[in-house]
Amino acid sequence: MPRLIEGCGYLTSVVIGGLPIDIQSASLEFIEMVEKRYAGFVADPANAGIRLDVEVVASVGGSADEDLEVRYADGRWIINRGDFRAQWDPATNRGSVRQAAYPYAIDSVMRIVHSLVLAERGGFLVHSASAVRNARAFLFSGVSGAGKTTISSLAPPDVTLLTDELSYVCRVGDGYQAFGTPFAGDLGRAGENISAPIAGLYLLAQGRQNHASQIGPGEAARRLLRNILFFADDASLVEQLFRTACEFVSRVAVYELTFRPDADVWDLIE
Amino acid sequence: MSEKYIKPSRDIAARMLADEMVIMTVKDSRVFSLNATASAIWSAADGSTPLREIVARKVVREFDVEPEVAYQDALELVEELAQAGILLLADHPIGTEGA
Repeated sequence: MPRLIEGCGYLTSVVIGGLPIDIQSASLEFIEMVEKRYAGFVADPANAGIRLDVEVVASVGGSADEDLEVRYADGRWIINRGDFRAQWDPATNRGSVRQAAYPYAIDSVMRIVHSLVLAERGGFLVHSASAVRNARAFLFSGVSGAGKTTISSLAPPDVTLLTDELSYVCRVGDGYQAFGTPFAGDLGRAGENISAPIAGLYLLAQGRQNHASQIGPGEAARRLLRNILFFADDASLVEQLFRTACEFVSRVAVYELTFRPDADVWDLIE
Repeated sequence: MSEKYIKPSRDIAARMLADEMVIMTVKDSRVFSLNATASAIWSAADGSTPLREIVARKVVREFDVEPEVAYQDALELVEELAQAGILLLADHPIGTEGA
């Protein structure tokens, strides 16, 4: 339930990967829309994470098809696209968003803020489906059309889906952990809000038979980097992301998975 | 015959993974990987050792190839890497301005 804050409107919190983003707005309808979209990831606001003040307007003047701008200036991240104007100060963890009353703008802002936070912490968001089997997480990465949604839809009952679209990867101790996200692809449903240590990354290719072969770390890093979601025009963060990708492939087995669209492919995922 | 000197560009990140050097440009995120021979040359690119000497020490000795063939191949490689903007290539030693 949205919390009413005297003089400030309504407040809710969306927690992904253990990072709460509190969203505040004068518009109750907007907050209710956020809570519906991110059901399963909504928590009571705790003032412990990032807070975004959302001003809902009739139109910002542009469209979602326009180029995205993400840059760091004067101690804050400036995040602009045709359909929203946002800023976030990582020192105070406060930010603001100006957008129309629809979910795609806040969804994009949250993805970008998470990608920035993760980059600083040695993690990343990656275009991949992910799922948990026997308490271990597996990632299935590829560009649009590679088969992320297909392999997700073929998952047997003992598999819990974390996402069919965008995986959330955190560095935890000596390894990496995958978290469920509400960011859904063509499957149209959010992942489960759980996490597990990552046991393998599969780079997807569709073919006539099911086959997995481990690939070397050099090729793995190169192909992983192609699929990591990152928008910021910031050389030091790009360098950090490169180090993270190299570290990841040094610690997690990476395979190329060729598969045909039937459930047998899951026999290879153990 | 003039000597050639090489040094990694400042605007890259590089890491050795198994026997491959993986390199990324930090301005536009292009990713390159070098095979074992090229990685050996890259790792010795300090801006002050002539390319011919690098090839003699790191390629001819370790990979058992003809010195002149190895040098011509290396020259072709470093010209390509320089063109890609990830390696500085000069006819004189390269100092800290490229570091």
